[in-house]
Amino acid sequence: MHLDGNVLAGPLLELFREDMTTATARCASCGDVSVLATAMVYDAAPGWCVRCHVCGDVLLTFVRAGDRLRIDLRGVTALELPAG
Amino acid sequence: MGTVASTSAETPSGRSIWIDVPDWAGNIAGQHVDVRLTAPDGYQATRSYSLASSGPSPRLQLAVDKLPDGEVSPYLVDDLRAGDMLELRGPLGGWFVWSPSVEQPVQLIAGGSGVVPLVAMIRAHAASGSTAPMQLLYSVRTPDDRFFADELEKLDNITYAYTRSGPPDATIGRLTKERLAAAVLPVGSAVFVCGPTGFVEAVASWLVDLGHDASLIKTERFGGA
Repeated sequence: MHLDGNVLAGPLLELFREDMTTATARCASCGDVSVLATAMVYDAAPGWCVRCHVCGDVLLTFVRAGDRLRIDLRGVTALELPAG
Repeated sequence: MGTVASTSAETPSGRSIWIDVPDWAGNIAGQHVDVRLTAPDGYQATRSYSLASSGPSPRLQLAVDKLPDGEVSPYLVDDLRAGDMLELRGPLGGWFVWSPSVEQPVQLIAGGSGVVPLVAMIRAHAASGSTAPMQLLYSVRTPDDRFFADELEKLDNITYAYTRSGPPDATIGRLTKERLAAAVLPVGSAVFVCGPTGFVEAVASWLVDLGHDASLIKTERFGGA
């Protein structure tokens, strides 16, 4: 069972130093543009797999391995967030 | 790091936990914290918990429901005591939030312990003197399973949907689209839905069927914790 992008607030803060749940992501597969808070998030311990809530394709994966964080943005063609 | 100030029973399986975080920057109603537990062997587990508190106060309130096979919630509910230290990060999340500047009517819909961030919104709404209508639909197993029961008892803008048992005059059973339609504010209201994934998915799709604009519906799901 999936969660949603709200749960990514903490993990993505480590990488981006900003709240990314209000950022919009454009899906490379279907072109939908939605805030990351609405994405479907699957537990893939020690990380997360994030899927488009419209078409279900992978937007990004996020992994913590030891003292490294890695994000794979294969399914995101644009990220946009409110300017600070 | 936070220090547990006190805990108290909310339901047979849930506890409120008050935590003092001296350098807390304040939070908006609806935000959450990530709590990280570290075992003696170094194994770590992190889970997100919504805050029932909001505003500048450095004393935070969490309310946690124990999931029997959870990794973090049994410790928080059964073992945590006043004076214990807790590693947490926050406030987190800027999307599933309500602030008094919003003038739209607001419908809150909770499934089980999903009521926690919505209670933060109810409290913030009351504290701000906002004139925007706000009401809560609370789906919960039984009256004993209600979080914040005493506090909510004093409010008249709440509809309960008991799924297992309840007062003699109550309709018992899972929420349906028809019961949802009868209980929520009209189309055009902002809607916040928080609960287990299945509950949130059902409610959100019914709301859209009933004509609510998907862009006005904000959802937050929780799972194993």
